[in-house]
Amino acid sequence: MAGKAFDIKRFPGFLPVTILCLIILYAPLIVVAVYSMNDSNSITRWEGFSLRWYVDVFTGPEAPKFKQAARNSFVIAIIAATTATAIATLAATAMIRGGRFRLRTVSLGLISLPLLVPEIVTAVATLIFFNAIGFERGLLTILVAHIAFCIPFAYLPIAARMQGIEDTFEQAAMDLYATKRQAFTRILLPLMWPGIIAGFLLAFIISLDDFIITNFVKGAGVETLPTAIFGSVKQGLKPNVMAISTMLLGFSILMVTISYFISKRDDTK
Amino acid sequence: MAGGAPSRGGVTSDTYAEARGWLLLPAWAVLVIVVLTPVLMMLVYSFLTKEFRGGVIWEFSLAAYDQFFCNRGLFGDEPCAIEWTYITIFWRSIWQAALATILSLAIGFPTAYFIATRPEKSRALWVFLITIPYWVNLLIRTVSMKFLLRDQGPLNDFLIGIGIVDDPIRIVNTNFAVQLGLFYSYLPFMVLPIYAAVERYNFALSEAAADLYASKWVTLRRILLPAVRPGVIAGCILVFVPSLGSFLAPDLLGGAKNFMIGSLIEEQFKGMAGNWPFGAAAAMILLTLVMLILLVYALQQSKAEKGSG
Repeated sequence: MAGKAFDIKRFPGFLPVTILCLIILYAPLIVVAVYSMNDSNSITRWEGFSLRWYVDVFTGPEAPKFKQAARNSFVIAIIAATTATAIATLAATAMIRGGRFRLRTVSLGLISLPLLVPEIVTAVATLIFFNAIGFERGLLTILVAHIAFCIPFAYLPIAARMQGIEDTFEQAAMDLYATKRQAFTRILLPLMWPGIIAGFLLAFIISLDDFIITNFVKGAGVETLPTAIFGSVKQGLKPNVMAISTMLLGFSILMVTISYFISKRDDTK
Repeated sequence: MAGGAPSRGGVTSDTYAEARGWLLLPAWAVLVIVVLTPVLMMLVYSFLTKEFRGGVIWEFSLAAYDQFFCNRGLFGDEPCAIEWTYITIFWRSIWQAALATILSLAIGFPTAYFIATRPEKSRALWVFLITIPYWVNLLIRTVSMKFLLRDQGPLNDFLIGIGIVDDPIRIVNTNFAVQLGLFYSYLPFMVLPIYAAVERYNFALSEAAADLYASKWVTLRRILLPAVRPGVIAGCILVFVPSLGSFLAPDLLGGAKNFMIGSLIEEQFKGMAGNWPFGAAAAMILLTLVMLILLVYALQQSKAEKGSG
């Protein structure tokens, strides 16, 4: 019976399609990473291995621009992800541990709103909003916009984690005369850490990666890494842009891998 | 993401019920002020008069929608005939997004199925492999795709090298390149819901069908596919909707011929055209389209749930 069950599940063409899928997903990234280590001024010809374009990113003529853009990107991502994670943790506590209430569905819809509205629409709307209230475009406008669209990404892993924690721990603490505040900070929050870290990392990457909304709400001359890269690419793809892209790519993959292992650890717990 | 969305339930206790107003306040404040209000303002802006070189004049006007739908001749004084320019751009976007969705389904379904039928231990790793590229910067992914597919790019070098073709295949600046870019952008959204559905599927049903002499493919089509249909539909929507308003894939991989809604809107705020009310109107029409699709989906979902419950 077991052999037969295995047989009925198998379709001969599906493994090659899966492999094809992985090739399509990874080939462009691998090719760019390889060609970023090309010792050539042209992006087309391969002239041997060299890290000179990585050196160029830090010391070349465009280095100050990229450094400033990187600083902006990371400062915004850290503040936006931290704020969004805090907001999402509080919201998840109300949604998961706050019983049923009338505005619950509306609240869930509101939290998912940045995921439902197409990014370009959010970008236009946010630009119009800042323009209408006379808020001068710059780093602060980027930050405010990023906090908003990071909330759902922080919320999903946090809420999922909270659903997985039984409330018996908090009940036990409160039976022993802990206040609700103590049950929250001493019991629920420590149990929540893997979810909170996963939420923070996702929000962080989402903020670091955003191009469309940032491109709309940034002020003139203010750049983040994606907008700086886009500006460079528009004038033709150069090897130093491939080097900086590879670094950013490696960083994102590292963060996601960390997030994966953190969330995996809480399964075995 | 898709699979992790909280279900309608999800409430595990009412411990903090009395504080929930305060707990939700920051989220409400940020989302109402920074997302909901701006969308309403965008609606207002779409009915205002344009100011040259960006911005608006606070005067009610239907000019933006009139420009979108009406062709009033060279001097703008003729009665309204249908203006096809923008409808064509929308139609092309819908068509491109649909083809990208079909491509994602054709590759995503077998992949999701394959992953869901792996031993339980290795599934998480497969899912992880599929989702990693999604977390890499979309701009970098799109640029990488362009680099790979260029006329003098590595793909063409490879194909010429092994002698499959003599001259480089033109891929960049074609519709296919845009579809490939969109596929690349949103594939995990297709794979994850289908994977979740196939994983929940009870294969005893397929075995029962096989015992009654149904062939494998008949079993797949007649038994499995209806059972996992909600996952397939969810995947299609999750790919189609963001594809519709995408900007990077058409901008970088398509040429001027492959202009889509995203670029049309962007141009109104960034480019030379600089017509804010018109950009707001186009964004409003896109938003309406997306909301209609989601509404139809939600209605069908609730109907299906009632039917099965």
